[in-house]
Amino acid sequence: MPSSALQLAPDERARTVEQLQAQIRAMQATGLGTRTLPTRPELAPLLPGGALKAGVAYAVPDSLTLAMLLMAGPSAAGGWCAVIGVPDFGVEAAAGFGVDLDRLVLVPQPGEHWLAVAAQIADVLPVVLLRPPARAAAGDTARLASRLRQRGSTLLVLGPWAQAEATLEVRTTAWTGIGTGSGYLAGRDVTVTVTSREIRAAHPVRIRDDRWCIEQAATRLEAV
Amino acid sequence: MSTERAIVAWCPDWPVRAGAAEAALDPDGPIAIVEAGVVTACSAAARAAGVRRGLRIREAQSRCASLVVLPANPAADARRFEPVLTALESGIPTVQVVRPGVVVIRAQGPARFFGGEPEAADAVLALLAGAGVPEARVGIADGPFAAEQAARRTTPEARARLVPPGGSAAFLAPLPVALTGLPELTAVLAKLGVRTLGEFAALPVDQVRDRFGPAGEAAHRVAAGLDQRRVVPRVAPKDRTATIEFEPPLDRVDQIAFALKRTAEGFLDALAADLLVCTGLTVEIGTEDGGARRRTWLHPRSFTTLDVIDRVRWQLSGIGVEALEAAVTAVRLAPASIDAAANHEQGLWGGGPDERIHHALSRVQSMLGHEAVLTATIGGGRLVADRRVLAPWGERAAPQRDPERPWPGRLPGFGPSSVLGDRPDVAVLDPAGVPVAVDERGMPSGPPAGFVPPASSRRRTVTAWAGPWPVDERWWDPVAARSVHRLQVVDDDGSAWLLCYEAGRWWAEARYD
Repeated sequence: MPSSALQLAPDERARTVEQLQAQIRAMQATGLGTRTLPTRPELAPLLPGGALKAGVAYAVPDSLTLAMLLMAGPSAAGGWCAVIGVPDFGVEAAAGFGVDLDRLVLVPQPGEHWLAVAAQIADVLPVVLLRPPARAAAGDTARLASRLRQRGSTLLVLGPWAQAEATLEVRTTAWTGIGTGSGYLAGRDVTVTVTSREIRAAHPVRIRDDRWCIEQAATRLEAV
Repeated sequence: MSTERAIVAWCPDWPVRAGAAEAALDPDGPIAIVEAGVVTACSAAARAAGVRRGLRIREAQSRCASLVVLPANPAADARRFEPVLTALESGIPTVQVVRPGVVVIRAQGPARFFGGEPEAADAVLALLAGAGVPEARVGIADGPFAAEQAARRTTPEARARLVPPGGSAAFLAPLPVALTGLPELTAVLAKLGVRTLGEFAALPVDQVRDRFGPAGEAAHRVAAGLDQRRVVPRVAPKDRTATIEFEPPLDRVDQIAFALKRTAEGFLDALAADLLVCTGLTVEIGTEDGGARRRTWLHPRSFTTLDVIDRVRWQLSGIGVEALEAAVTAVRLAPASIDAAANHEQGLWGGGPDERIHHALSRVQSMLGHEAVLTATIGGGRLVADRRVLAPWGERAAPQRDPERPWPGRLPGFGPSSVLGDRPDVAVLDPAGVPVAVDERGMPSGPPAGFVPPASSRRRTVTAWAGPWPVDERWWDPVAARSVHRLQVVDDDGSAWLLCYEAGRWWAEARYD
């Protein structure tokens, strides 16, 4: 009997749809000639195209941890990273997630020149994490975006960003290991909502402290 | 290899003179220099009272009640000797320092130049007298050892002694064996009845070698007047500092930076001429109010002219902003560390990716200031802010405390992503809305139920909490002592916080976001 996607069980159908989408994305990626950065395998399903792309911006408005996880892949693979406008950046946590401190540069207080500093650093460093102190004018972000495209650097923005390739938001968090007056913060389960031009999906991700690993609990497409 | 003629100039009791000058004492008074409880040098007045080298302090003081005892200070001896050496080198360029107070000169050159060895000896004495050592003595003989013994056997009336060529063995023969400076050899020879250098020199050389080894053999050769050590003149260190003085004094950073360009170029060119590059730079800025501000800057590669000007600019901006508080009269550049240029050559196709990174970050530094671009390392400590060590780009971040130590009381679990360095105030409330306090035993006055985060007035509900855990650091040091209780809370927004209770006040240490 010839089987078609319509005859499959619902979850199996979803999986098939995802596989097909992945194939399409992979074919599109080669067609457009975009370069990707090394990405942690746990985070790959979150990102459109299955990896961090070079030359684009990602918005991570509410979680520094998630931004650190995104940085960890390129950093562990030998890339330099810069953190601009984040005086609170927790260096030890970043190192725990796999960011190499030998190749990390911090510009905690860029002041009013933050766009110029970001552009200057994005010229030479492949990954730049930026917290804009103010909302950028559309012209400025467009200029920065073209610079990123030209230089092949990836920008992670801690805040809203108009020209983002994808926006990764932490929807819900459940902390593990902590009770009422007992235990300690040992891990967290978060659901990350990814919004991009072609996809809007929610992914549960578990971050645990032993061996500093994150693990993907399951993948669930919310809306296609 | 033959023995060469040597001139030894000896400044008697040099450690005493240097020590007296350091301590602002009269060098003619009774002074003894002591090392490890034993007198190593003493002044003429002390010697007249019976103090000798090798006496214990107690014995020396009993012989001379007014004796001033100073600790040995070799660094001061060498430092005080430097001007004397410079004066000597102004007349005779090839000088080797045996130790502060004793120099040896190859006799051939000066003897020919001054027209004979006695004339050369007079010239040395005149140079030393000009440098403030009128009581200096000179000995000329075959080899440095014999020449030094000759210098030591002069008198205040005849301050130079000349041992004729080939006469060293005869001159040394009546002197005691102890002068070889080998106590073991001296003791053994004394038991054998050999007491003078002449008797020692008469022993068969192969038996001396068998019994005393190479050191004994060398001493035997010296005792026989066959001292083959050559004089190796010292190379005077070059002065590599560059100074620019402003007359009238300047009070604008851009003026100073502009005026400094040629000095900085000259400073680096002088190094480059000797195939050296500067990797550490000390900048000293003299101001009109008489102050001098020094700072040492490091460079991950080597300084260029622009880098030098940037460092001076940053240092000036540290003193005051654009218009300076005090006008600058002079800027002095000194290399703090230099390296061979070969180690810093660029490859054929440029210096690779790191070079570009350094240039871009340096540009950001010149835009925002030296401290604006940082690199991070993990340091030791219990509070999360202590474990983050930041250093400006280009300088080495050296954690003072070792992160690998156990640090009992430090936070378990994964590190917080945001470290709040400015310690913002927060409020922690119990179910009744009363602020929670932590008593001396580390018990909270009530379970934390409400929480007001920094810079917010909205009260959030605490859904989970852990602690408080005490951190009692450096209780022995009243300045650095710190006693806090730490609490982890999770609020109803899903954020987790690390809070500290210190002296009745809650502040947020870090945030997990």
